[in-house]
Amino acid sequence: MGSPHPDGGSTLLVPETARPEASNPKPRPTRAKERLADRLFRRLTAGSAAFILVILVAIALFLLDRALPAIYQDSTSFFTTRTWLPDSTPPVFGIAALTYGTLVTSVLAVLMAVPVAVGVALSVTSYVPRRAAQVVGYLVDLLAAIPSVVYGLWGLIFLVPAIGPLSKWLADYFGWIPIFQSQGIFGKSIFTASVVLAIMILPIIAAISREVFAQAPQSQKEAAYALGATKWEMIRTAVLPYARSGLISATVLGFGRAMGETIAVALVLSANYEINLHVLAPGGNTIAANIANTYGDAGKVGQGALIASGLVLFVITLIVNFGARAIVARNKDFRVGAA
Amino acid sequence: MTTVQAPTDSLLLSASKHPLPRRSTLGVGVGTLLVSALLFVVTPLDGVADFLVFWAAAYVVAMTSVSVAVEGSRRARDRLASTLTTGALILALIPLVAVLAFTVARGLGRFDMTFFTHSMLSVADSDAGGGAYHAIVGTIEQVGIATLISVPLGLLVAIYLVEYARGRFGRLVSTFVDVMTGLPSIVAGLFVLALWVLILKQGYSGFAGSLALVILMVPVVVRTTEEMLRLVPDSLREASFALGIPRWRTIQAVILPTALPGITTGIMLAVARVSGETAPLLLTVFGSSAINFNPFSGPQEGLPLFVFNEAGLPNDTALARAWAGALTLIALVILLNVVARLLVRRSKLQPS
Repeated sequence: MGSPHPDGGSTLLVPETARPEASNPKPRPTRAKERLADRLFRRLTAGSAAFILVILVAIALFLLDRALPAIYQDSTSFFTTRTWLPDSTPPVFGIAALTYGTLVTSVLAVLMAVPVAVGVALSVTSYVPRRAAQVVGYLVDLLAAIPSVVYGLWGLIFLVPAIGPLSKWLADYFGWIPIFQSQGIFGKSIFTASVVLAIMILPIIAAISREVFAQAPQSQKEAAYALGATKWEMIRTAVLPYARSGLISATVLGFGRAMGETIAVALVLSANYEINLHVLAPGGNTIAANIANTYGDAGKVGQGALIASGLVLFVITLIVNFGARAIVARNKDFRVGAA
Repeated sequence: MTTVQAPTDSLLLSASKHPLPRRSTLGVGVGTLLVSALLFVVTPLDGVADFLVFWAAAYVVAMTSVSVAVEGSRRARDRLASTLTTGALILALIPLVAVLAFTVARGLGRFDMTFFTHSMLSVADSDAGGGAYHAIVGTIEQVGIATLISVPLGLLVAIYLVEYARGRFGRLVSTFVDVMTGLPSIVAGLFVLALWVLILKQGYSGFAGSLALVILMVPVVVRTTEEMLRLVPDSLREASFALGIPRWRTIQAVILPTALPGITTGIMLAVARVSGETAPLLLTVFGSSAINFNPFSGPQEGLPLFVFNEAGLPNDTALARAWAGALTLIALVILLNVVARLLVRRSKLQPS
C-alpha cells in the first residue's frame, strides 16, 4: 500500500491509473442506524464528490455553448482549414494546422523524453546508491516544479540561439530524411519547442516509470540474482516484463501533458498557420499556444473560435488519458505479486 | 540467455575472468578525455558542447570495449546499461542546472527594492525602473483564494473516496479526478472565461483567475490527501469505533490529524504548482500595470503573467524585469517544495 519510495512529492505527479490500487474498503462502525451528524457529514462529502462531476460536465457544456455559434459562422470547414482569421468578414478559421503542430511537437517531445526518463528511472531504482538516488529523485522532481513561463523565457533567450548548431548538425547529416530538411538555421522551430516540451514532461514520465519499476516483485529479482544474473540481466528478465504497460501509460500521460502545454510553446515558437513537414524550419503553432498568443486581440467570433479550438484540445486530451487508463486496465498483470 | 553457445563466456561470471577494478572507470574516463582533447586541438573539431558529446561517446565505446575484453560480454552489457542510465540521469539534470543558473544570473540584475515596491503604472517598456509589486499582490490574492476554496473541497472529496465510497459512483468520481488531473490549464482558463466572464458577464478579475486555479488545484489536493488517508492504519479507525465514537468525529479527530503532515505537504505542492500557472490567468485576470488590491473587480496582474508579458517585449529593460520576475517565482516555488519535503520527513506516517 502507498508509494514505494519515501518522498511524498513525486507521487503527486502520478495519476491513479499508474498507481497501485488501494481498494480494500476501510472499516466502518457496526451500528446499524446512522446518527444524524454522521449522515450529514457523509452527504457533505458525497456532495463534494458529485461537485467534481458537475465541474467537468460544466466545462464540456459551457465550452460547447460558446464554441458552436462560432463554428456555425465559420465560412470554411473548421476541421480542414489552416487559416486563422476568425474576425474577418466572413470569418475564416480552422484547426488543421494547429492540431498538426500540437501533435507533432508532442510526439517529438515524447520521443526525446521517454528514453531519458526511463534511463533516469532505471538508474534511480537500480544503479545509483540509495541515498544518492533519493537526492537525485528530488532534483528531477524539482524540474517539474519550475513554472512553464520560466521554461518559456529560458527557451526563448537561451535555447533558441543555442540550438542553432544542433539544428545545423541534424540538417547537415540527416537532411536526407525529409523532416530534417532545412534551408538555413532557425531557432524558433517546431524542433526547439519539442525540446522545451521534452524537458517539461521528463519528470512526470520519470516519476511514473520509477514507481512502476519499484513495483516489480522482489522475489523475481532475487530469483534472477540467484541464477547468477548481472544487474542488467535481472532488469531485463525480472523488471522490464512487469513494467511494459506502466511505461506505455507513462508515455501516453506525458504526451497528454505536452499537448496541453501553453506558455512555453507560445514564447518559443514563431507562430504561423502552415502545415510544415520540416521540423527544423521556422514557424508552426499549437492549439494552446495559439490561444495564448491571439486571445488579447480576439473579437467576439475570435473568442468563440479560440474556445472551439480549446474544446478540440480538451477532447483530444480526454481520449489520450482514457487511452492510458484502458492500457493499464487491460494489462493488470504488472501489479501481480506487487503486494 | 546466450550462455550455451558462448564458449568464451563462462556460465559463472567470475570463474575465468576477473571484474575490472573500480579505478578503471576513472582511468578510461581520463584516457578518453586526453584523446578527445588531442583530437580537438589537432583536427578542425571545435566547440565546448561538441567536445563534451564527443568525450561521452568515446568513453562509452572505450569502456565497453575494455570491459568486453577483460570481463566478458555479459559484464560488459551490464556496464553499458549502467553507463547509459547514469548518462540519462546527468542529461536530465543539465536543463535543471541550466534553467536555475541562467535565471539567477539574469534575474539578480533587477532583484532590487524598486522591483518589490513598485508597479508598472506609467512605466514605459523601455524604462529601466518599474517592478512587480502589483503582480505579487495579485498572485498572493489569486492563489490564496484558490487555496481557500480548493482545500476544503479537495479534503471532502478525498474523505469520501477513502472512507465512504463504495461501488460505481466512487469509481466514477475517481475517474473524473484523473480526467481533471490531465486537464490542460488553458482549458480551465477557457471554461472560466466562457462561464464567468462571457455568460455571467462578471468581467475579468482576480477571483475569476482563482476559479480557474481551483480547477487545477482540486485534483492535486484530492490525490495527495487520498494517499495519506489510506496510509492511516485501520487499527486506529477500529479503536475509535470500538470506543463508540461516531464516524464523523473519528474522521475529524483521529484520521485527519494523523494524516495532517502529509496532507499539508500535498497542499503546499499544489500551491507551488498553481502559483506558476500562466495560461489560465491570461484569459481570466487579463493583466494590468496598476495595483489592484480588490480581487473581485477589475483586471489584476499575476506574477507569471507579468513574466510572460515582459518577456514578449523587445526591450532589454523589460527582459530584465521578466528575469527578475522569473527568479522571484522560482524562489517561491522552490521554497514551498523544500518546506513541504521537510514536513513529510518529520511525519510519522511514512509511505511504506
